[in-house]
Amino acid sequence: MPAPHGGKLVYRVDKSIDTSGIPEIKIDEDMAKDVENIAYGVLSPLQGFMCRNDFENVLEHMRLENDVPWTIPIVFDIEGDLKEGDEVILSAEGGTKALFHIEDIYDYDKKAYAEKVFRTTDAAHPGVKKVMEMKPKLAGGKITLIQEGDERFKKYYLKPHETRILFREKGWREVVAFQTRNVPHMGHEYVQKTALTFVDGIFINPIIGKKKKGDFRDEVILKSYEALIENYYLKERAVMAILRTMMRYAGPREAIFHAIMRKNFGCTHFIVGRDHAGVGNYYGPYDAHEIFNEFPDLGITPIFFRSFFYCKKCGGVVNEKICPHDKEYHVYYSGTAIRKMLINGEIPPENMMRKEVAEIIMSYENPFVD
Amino acid sequence: MTAEKEEKGKYTTVSIPTPLAEKIKKRIEGTGFNSISSYVTYVLRELLANMEEEEEVFSKEDEEKIKERLRALGYLD
Repeated sequence: MPAPHGGKLVYRVDKSIDTSGIPEIKIDEDMAKDVENIAYGVLSPLQGFMCRNDFENVLEHMRLENDVPWTIPIVFDIEGDLKEGDEVILSAEGGTKALFHIEDIYDYDKKAYAEKVFRTTDAAHPGVKKVMEMKPKLAGGKITLIQEGDERFKKYYLKPHETRILFREKGWREVVAFQTRNVPHMGHEYVQKTALTFVDGIFINPIIGKKKKGDFRDEVILKSYEALIENYYLKERAVMAILRTMMRYAGPREAIFHAIMRKNFGCTHFIVGRDHAGVGNYYGPYDAHEIFNEFPDLGITPIFFRSFFYCKKCGGVVNEKICPHDKEYHVYYSGTAIRKMLINGEIPPENMMRKEVAEIIMSYENPFVD
Repeated sequence: MTAEKEEKGKYTTVSIPTPLAEKIKKRIEGTGFNSISSYVTYVLRELLANMEEEEEVFSKEDEEKIKERLRALGYLD
């Protein structure tokens, strides 16, 4: 099992902190997820929100000040009369509460932030838009979680210290992580099982949280994966747990960030597909593969997949390296086409989606986000 | 201090034998490495990462509690 990123698994939870008399700042659910992820070590070695030196190093060099690879700023934006040395309670509607000790307050350049992280300053990019809407200053410092927020899918909310013990108890030395934001089709299963063939176990790790209109609902994704695992995976080889984090849509930089989080969960390998964490046409389809060349010290091995498709002549799911047949035999996996079939009440063909998965999706009156 | 000097403060000089530097120079021709320094940095980062060791955070007692929770959730038999 790999050591946690930076060498030590962070665990900053203290439910006994007396919050009386400490001023409170309201935070949204995205920020609350960052807070819990810091506290539970998903973002190890971060112990809090980034201070200036780490923030600037991440933008310029994709590393923390101490040279540990890190690609996405984890920052807390502020306005008003807060000052260095203050302590505040961060409080979210969902119940998350944490103590934030402010060590550093600093100015930042939103345009430079966007340009470095998202490779664009186009306000149509959702990540850029979010940065441009941020408050004018950043505050850095350690946080301590006092209370965990509500989680609808508590059964699947495992923390890195738990998954590390779980993998060890299962006897898994090599674990591949698969990130998803979608219901599984046959192409996903092919990718997962191809990777699983060479390691001891697979960690299916759906991202749960804010979704766009028309996306599958979180519960539909989880239930459909339950059906897939129940019917088509060996119980001792597959584990599913959720990752509560917001998508930044930072493409290549976010691929590294996603890999780091899975390393902290105890995974040795991470599957990176086409246009990982991309949006629109801001990144090349394989930029998220190439960026891994810059991190010999990441401590988790990426497994790259390019295209995969069903070949009528091969009679199975294949990829461009193993199928010699012409394109006329290939059926590509289209989320849009599968979605259309499901909306029309049609079960997609067996070479597209498992019947059990399709039945789960169709059992929901509305499986999509409104 | 200027931004340039600040940036320079983040680097230090390491001496390596000249023949080794020559070998590296040849080795990186036509690759993505634009200097001997960037190659040496890459190799050293890779080497040190392989030596990373985990520090224990939890006691045996805590670990047992975690296993109990994992059993209760159905992750462990």
